[in-house]
Amino acid sequence: MAKIIVDVHLKAELLDPQGRAISGALERLGLTEVVDVRQGKQFVIEINGEVTPEILQKLQELSGNLLSNPVIENYELKVL
Amino acid sequence: MRIGVVTFPGSLDDQDARRAATYAGAEAVRLWHADDNLQNVDAVVLPGGFSYGDYLRCGAIARFAPVMESIVNAANGGLPVLGICNGFQILCESHLLPGALLRNDHRKFICRDQRLRIENTTSLWTRNFRVAQEITIPLKNGEGGFIADVKTLDELEAENRVIARYVDVNPNGSMRNIAGITNAKGNVVGIMPHPEHAIDDLTGPTTDGLLFFTSVLESLAVKA
Repeated sequence: MAKIIVDVHLKAELLDPQGRAISGALERLGLTEVVDVRQGKQFVIEINGEVTPEILQKLQELSGNLLSNPVIENYELKVL
Repeated sequence: MRIGVVTFPGSLDDQDARRAATYAGAEAVRLWHADDNLQNVDAVVLPGGFSYGDYLRCGAIARFAPVMESIVNAANGGLPVLGICNGFQILCESHLLPGALLRNDHRKFICRDQRLRIENTTSLWTRNFRVAQEITIPLKNGEGGFIADVKTLDELEAENRVIARYVDVNPNGSMRNIAGITNAKGNVVGIMPHPEHAIDDLTGPTTDGLLFFTSVLESLAVKA
């Protein structure tokens, strides 16, 4: 079994309304130093066997067209 | 003329879209997300709602539904396709239309009768409008902010591909007040507010929305 982590975030130049709401809550709860919060998504993918180059390529492809939308998001893929 | 309306799990406005098609004089045909058969329809509507629960991103999973493979192919061949609200999100995720729709900048779901100015009257879905005609149809969305990079926005404007813009107020943070756009061919249109809810004085603020449906029927008749 292998585990792959894909992190997806809104591109830095785009407004993240959820992050902004969370930032407000953090400040109210005492974290007065907060400057900015960006909320993202994490996908934890388990697969059978080794991560072969073919599987890695498939994962990259799916990260770029299903798990994230390249118009608005960036992704980062890690094999554990 | 047969107008197909797709039902995805979580579609809400498919029945109203079929009703609008019928009001305009078409035969409304039910299309199912898991069936790639388009049943020889002459046009397709992707209705509003929350396909697949809006999981992952709005429209992201619907894009890969079997019916969408057929629709993307047919749309590239010229089939008229109208995406309303969630349908617009699906068209952007499918790359039939550029850009994307983001959570409203003010973070609230919005539901109001919205004034729009029609800017494009050459697409297959807008030929029965007048340029600069102002219409009022319902708007209801949580993730309706249209965004694209500056180059794409400039292109859309230079090629007269902005279908409609919000008037009086920008309800969701859409760039350049854009409410709807079309592809280069003018057969694929996405719009965030809901024409299918404004077709009958009894239930809608106006009957302005009906013109989208009569437009496509006239476009098809001219072609035939």
